[in-house]
Amino acid sequence: MSSFRLQIVTPDGSPFDGQAEALRLRTSEGYVSIRAGHVDYIAALDVGMVSVTKDGTTRDAACGGGFISVENGEVRLVATTFEYADEIDIERAESAKKRAEERLAQAQEERDIALAKAKLSRALNRIDVAEKQA
Amino acid sequence: MSGASMKQIKTRIKSVESTRQITKAMELVATSKLRKAKQRVENARPYHEVLLEAISGLQAGAAESPTVFAQEREVKKTCYVVIAGDRGLAGGYNANLFRMVKRMTDGTDFCVLPIGKKSLEHFSHLGCELVSTYFGVTGTVGIGDCMQMAKLLCEGFAEENYDRVVVAYTKFQSMLSQVPVCDPLLPITLRENETHYSGALVEGEAEELIAKIVPQYVSGILYSTLCEAAASEHGARRTAMNAANKNAGEIIDTLQLRYNRARQAAITQEITEIVSGAEAL
Repeated sequence: MSSFRLQIVTPDGSPFDGQAEALRLRTSEGYVSIRAGHVDYIAALDVGMVSVTKDGTTRDAACGGGFISVENGEVRLVATTFEYADEIDIERAESAKKRAEERLAQAQEERDIALAKAKLSRALNRIDVAEKQA
Repeated sequence: MSGASMKQIKTRIKSVESTRQITKAMELVATSKLRKAKQRVENARPYHEVLLEAISGLQAGAAESPTVFAQEREVKKTCYVVIAGDRGLAGGYNANLFRMVKRMTDGTDFCVLPIGKKSLEHFSHLGCELVSTYFGVTGTVGIGDCMQMAKLLCEGFAEENYDRVVVAYTKFQSMLSQVPVCDPLLPITLRENETHYSGALVEGEAEELIAKIVPQYVSGILYSTLCEAAASEHGARRTAMNAANKNAGEIIDTLQLRYNRARQAAITQEITEIVSGAEAL
C-alpha cells in the first residue's frame, strides 16, 4: 500500500513523524479517512478518535481537537492534545470526568457550562479510546 | 566590650550563612526547573512551526474572503498580553518587562491581559483596564487555559474592542541573557508568496473553519510564548541567586576577618592586663 508523509504535532511534542498508510480522524463534519494522494485539504478537528495505520498495523489515539492540513501530499495534524490508547491514564480521565460532571451540575453561566461540557467530552473520549483498546 | 562585638559578628555570620543556604537552594531549584522549562520549549517548537505554516497557507487559500483576523485596521486601542512571573527574587525579570510595556504604552489607549501574579498586581495597582483577571498564576497555565485566553482575545478583536493584540514576554536568549520583547499576535501577519493552498478542499464553511482555527493558532502561539517566558524566569532567578550566593560568600569572608581581628585584639588585651597585673604585684 502506498504511503504518505504524516506529521502529528502537539504542544508537548511530536507523537508521529514519518510515513503512514492511512489516517482516520473526526472532523467537525464527521469521520474522514485520508490515504496517499489525497487532494489538498483543510479541516477543523473535533474531540474524537484518531487512527494511524503504519506498516499494516493501526494505532488508535484520543485527540482533543485541532486541525488538519493536506498540502502536496503531505499531511499535518495539529492537535491540542494527542494520546495513544496505551498511553492514556484511565484513572485520571475518570476523575476528570467526575470533576467535569460536578462542575456541569453547578455551572450557572453559559461560559462555565460550555467549559465543563468541553472538559467532559474530552474525558469521555479518552475513556472510550482506552476501553476500546483493552 | 570586645566580647560583645565578637558575639555580634558571630551572629551576623550565622544569619548570612543561613541566607546563603536559602539562595543556594533556590539556585538549585531554578536550575532544575530551567532544564524542564527548556525541554518544554523544545517540545513546543515543531507545533509552533507547523501551525505557522498551516495558518499562512490557509489565509492564502481563503483569500477571496479575507477574514477579520487578518485585516489590518487603524489602531485606536491595543491589547497587551503581559506574561510575567508569579514570584519575585528573579533579578530584573519582572521589572524589565514592565518598564518595556510602560515605554510602549505611554500616551496610547490600551488594555492589558495580565498573566502571572506579578503582572496582575502591577497592572491592577496602576489602574489599567484589564481584559481578564482570571489567569493570575503562570505556573499552572496549561494549553487549556491558553485556549480560553485565545478565545477571549479573538472575541474581543472581532468585536473591535481593540484593534491590535501584542504579547509582551521575556525571550530566552541564553542562560545568562533574557530580553523583554513584544510580538504581534493579531491581526495575523501573512507570509508573502504563499499561495499554494488556493483550491484546497475545505471541510465545511471556510469562515467557520477560520473562526475555529484562528483561536487554536493564537493559543498555540501563546502556549509556546508562555513556555519561553517560564524558561526565562527560571534563568533570571538562577542568575540572581548565583549573584546572591557570591555576595553572601564575600560578606562572610569580611565578617570572618573582622571576627578574627576582634578575637586577637581581645586576647592581646587580656595578656596585657595579666602582665601588667603581675608587674604590679
